[in-house]
Amino acid sequence: MSQPIIRIDNIVKRYGPLTVLDGLSMEVMPGEKLALIGPSGSGKTTILRILMTLETISDGFIQVDGEQLYHMKKAGSLVAADERHLHKMREKIGMVFQHFNLFPHKCVLDNVTLAPMLTKGMARAAAEKRAMELLDMVGLADKAKSMPAQLSGGQKQRVAIARALALSPKIMLFDEVTSALDPELVEEVLNVMRKLAAETDMTMLLVTHEMGFAHDFADRVLFFDRGKIVEEGKPEDIFRHPKQERTQTFLRKIIAAGHRV
Amino acid sequence: MIDWSGYIGLILQGAWVTVQLTLMGSALAVVVAFAAGLGRLSRFMAVRALATTYIEFFRGTSIFVQLFWVYFVLPFAGITLTPLQAGVLALGLNVGAYGAEVVRGAVKAIGREQREACIALNLTRFQAMRHIVLPQALPLMLPTFGNNAIELLKGTAVVSLISLSDMTFQAQVVRAQTGSTLIPFATILLLYFVMAWLISFGMRWLERRVSRGLDGVRV
Repeated sequence: MSQPIIRIDNIVKRYGPLTVLDGLSMEVMPGEKLALIGPSGSGKTTILRILMTLETISDGFIQVDGEQLYHMKKAGSLVAADERHLHKMREKIGMVFQHFNLFPHKCVLDNVTLAPMLTKGMARAAAEKRAMELLDMVGLADKAKSMPAQLSGGQKQRVAIARALALSPKIMLFDEVTSALDPELVEEVLNVMRKLAAETDMTMLLVTHEMGFAHDFADRVLFFDRGKIVEEGKPEDIFRHPKQERTQTFLRKIIAAGHRV
Repeated sequence: MIDWSGYIGLILQGAWVTVQLTLMGSALAVVVAFAAGLGRLSRFMAVRALATTYIEFFRGTSIFVQLFWVYFVLPFAGITLTPLQAGVLALGLNVGAYGAEVVRGAVKAIGREQREACIALNLTRFQAMRHIVLPQALPLMLPTFGNNAIELLKGTAVVSLISLSDMTFQAQVVRAQTGSTLIPFATILLLYFVMAWLISFGMRWLERRVSRGLDGVRV
């Protein structure tokens, strides 16, 4: 049995007086596809943001790929990680955002090649070759020279996925990547993610309200409420036979709101 | 009948001084504006404090007084400047303090989402600033920079107080020598206006260039 690629150990996240995560622990195995579901404010997005080092933690430890994320060894003891350590750790992780966050002043191709050239010192020719492969994979090779403003939401999100993949992270985080899209554009993004899950052995963590997709996509589903994991298990078990009352209530509401499971 | 060609030549000499002051003062102002504007956004308290002190001091005191200090007081500290150097320094530092706030505002206007994308793509702070934030912030700065440059142009007239023969000073000379008020003052009115118009035109051209493809669309 291999080691977990992510090991979250008793983390606490506070914003002032508000405690968002209260002693949360979880593990993710390499290659696992994980869906994090739950009501808004339950802390699921915060976990992704913490893993991407967009937020700090108030307490606890996180291990990613065998190394501490927010701590480093110095003279035999663990101290808070400095910028250089975080920089090294971020290489392992990529993230796709709800609002795409493309760079509006750069064309699609430059959006994808920028980070590999700057952070990995890749030559332009090599970075562009790789970017074109990725754009081809997300079905947007013909848009390489377009500006982000000329694309639809679904296309922007597919570019954002290609951009994150260009750094070849071991772990990919997807934060409600279809929530900002018009309904008819959701499927094209989900299709790319299905393809990605089928073709790569990347570890993927997905925060989503698309229960049908979570059901098909995930190896394991975690239901969050108020900063805690209320229930976890295989998609069939969580969606068909939820044990906890809070999970049942949540799923009923989601179905009533018109989401298919 | 007065032979005006010689007197107009005098005013044109002054105009050249005004142009020099405006160009060099603006160049200094831009450098200082970026240094102090980005300094106010620094992670380091000491840098922020230094930048804030500079900005508040130069916005809070008169350009006349600053010019007198640079030209008449600095020599006591062993720093003697030519009138042109003193003029450029005082104007550049004065307008740079206003520009610093423009830089800071524009950089802050580039939102959290862009910064977070930079972190997720593992760019360093410097790379994020250089490749993502500043290229988007620059188009936001330019209209106000244009205003500031025009303010600086008009402010150049104060240098006549330290014996620099700028356009306004020369007009006074011509008026004193010819007794005519209308012609020298009408000439410099027109010249100031043309210079300001050239600045406006140049800034609009720059604006179009740097915002190409952006179209003000949120992505």
